[in-house]
Amino acid sequence: MTALIEVGSVSKQFGSIRAVDSVSFTVNRGEVLGFLGPNGAGKSTTMRIITGFLTPTSGSASVCGYDLAEEGIAARARLGYLPEGSPLYGEMTALEFLRFTASVRGLSTSKVAERIKWVVGQLGLGPVLAQPIETLSKGFKRRVGLAQSVLHDPDVLILDEPTDGLDPNQKHEVRGLIRTMSAHKAIIISTHLLEEVDAVCTRAMVINHGKVIVDCTPDELASMSRYRNAVTVCASTSSGGDLRVTLEGLAGVSSVEHVPKATVSNRFIAFPKDGKSIVGEVTRHLQEKGWEIEELEVDGGRLDEVFRDLTTTGSAKKPLH
Amino acid sequence: MIQILSIFRREFSGYFSTPIAYVFIVIFLFLNCIFTFFLGDIYARGQADLEPFFTWHPWLYLFLVPALAMRLWSEERRVGTVELLMTLPVTVWQAVLGKYLAAWAFTGIALMLTFPVWITVNYLGDPDNGVVIAAYIGSFLMAGAYLAIGACISALTKNQVIAFVVAVVVCFLFTITGLPMVTNLFSSWAPQAVIETISSLSFVTNFQNISRGVIDARNLVYFASLIVFWLFVNTLVVGNRDGA
Ligand SMILES: Nc1ncnc2c1ncn2[C@@H]1O[C@H](COP(=O)(O)OP(=O)(O)OP(=O)(O)O)[C@@H](O)[C@H]1O
Ligand SMILES: [Mg+2]
Repeated sequence: MTALIEVGSVSKQFGSIRAVDSVSFTVNRGEVLGFLGPNGAGKSTTMRIITGFLTPTSGSASVCGYDLAEEGIAARARLGYLPEGSPLYGEMTALEFLRFTASVRGLSTSKVAERIKWVVGQLGLGPVLAQPIETLSKGFKRRVGLAQSVLHDPDVLILDEPTDGLDPNQKHEVRGLIRTMSAHKAIIISTHLLEEVDAVCTRAMVINHGKVIVDCTPDELASMSRYRNAVTVCASTSSGGDLRVTLEGLAGVSSVEHVPKATVSNRFIAFPKDGKSIVGEVTRHLQEKGWEIEELEVDGGRLDEVFRDLTTTGSAKKPLH
Repeated sequence: MIQILSIFRREFSGYFSTPIAYVFIVIFLFLNCIFTFFLGDIYARGQADLEPFFTWHPWLYLFLVPALAMRLWSEERRVGTVELLMTLPVTVWQAVLGKYLAAWAFTGIALMLTFPVWITVNYLGDPDNGVVIAAYIGSFLMAGAYLAIGACISALTKNQVIAFVVAVVVCFLFTITGLPMVTNLFSSWAPQAVIETISSLSFVTNFQNISRGVIDARNLVYFASLIVFWLFVNTLVVGNRDGA
């Protein structure tokens, strides 16, 4: 299957700032790629290049096989884009605005009505359709921007921080919407919410200083965490013995840390060697001792920690196990 | 085509969903009346024509048209909607033309609303209506030229005040080049051909020719090529978005 989005060694220079530094990747139909990276990493700039808003200093980008530099119109016709901050024409009502983008895109009148109905239902825009956009709350503005981007049912969706400013319910709805649409589209989202990567992305790309540092599945990303398969236990050791010493004695455990909670102090986290699963070994030993397990939790890996490791200078590059 | 039309409609109705349209039209008509009936003293001339009315148009446009044009692109850049607009499947030309034509059509409407002046003159006397129509066409073309300058300059900055001031200055240069006070500067030393070239670049000179009732191809070509030139520069500016 041919890739719907192709980015070939794209760089973008702003004066002395190298915002994007030879970035290459492809996105296929059915994939949701999440851009992660600290502020100023170059996520938005990369998206602006894919949507044809900015021309790269070098390299090329194409959408559905159409090169943005040569067949920009064809490429942009197949693309839906939510720019960062969701800029909108404030003096228009939400409905007028959606009709405007639909008519620029040349949608037929019957199709427009049908699509607007669908998108209004999906994003809960019904109550605000007749309101001038400038009087809408931040979250509703974001939703209008999203509505515009999916209105023409494009093959490729580029969403720059789509859930920023949405309430938790709407975040949930929008993530659901992205997941539903993802089967038939190639989607790129950028986000600062790491749980969003888990929730919607099939692939995660960490960008820092304009470079791609990691491009893998969210699960692989989580597995770079030293918390991967770490086990947090709290047990009553009334029958004698020390929880910490026992944990440290296990073959699969590399280290143990004390993590007391407000009411319990006998609570530890055991880190595995090489990220291997140790929960079986831990439970077996605790049961052999006859201790009552009060809490047992296996970590999937902490994305925020991986993110920090990958994007702060010094400790970067090498994944920690 | 549908793209130009959609952009045109959005821009045009934008004038009427904000107070801009009403404020502009009211001020335009008000100033026209003042200039025509008081400064131009249309009654005292004892002549049934609209010359006092049209004479002031370059000076009215000099300030009013940049005020209308200043938001065309700077507002889009400031709010960021230019990113939305230019990632729709439209070419830069379509966007530039759609927005420009909307603003031009709007000035056309403002101009048409001055028809009571025409009626008054017809009521008072017997003017040559062919000349009047020619002058209206000339005025509309001239407004288009001012507007093309203003539109282009508004694409250069996010700041509407800067867009306005710079556009007024550039428009001013195009307005005064044909006036005696400028040509006199050159008359003592420059050859006649140079002076004629300079004054033929003036809005006022070209407009006056048309408004005398002679629609000369040269004057039409002058305004048309000026509009095309500034809109062309406008597309270059909008197309180069690195500073956005
Ligand atoms: N028009 C511009 N002119 C000059 N520098 C720019 C321009 N646009 C972006 N930059 C610079 O390029 C770099 C990347 O910016 P970009 O907006 O892509 O970051 P980002 O990853 O989207 O950050 P954030 O998470 O804050 O949205 C930054 O250093 C920024 O200052
Ligand atoms: Mg960004």
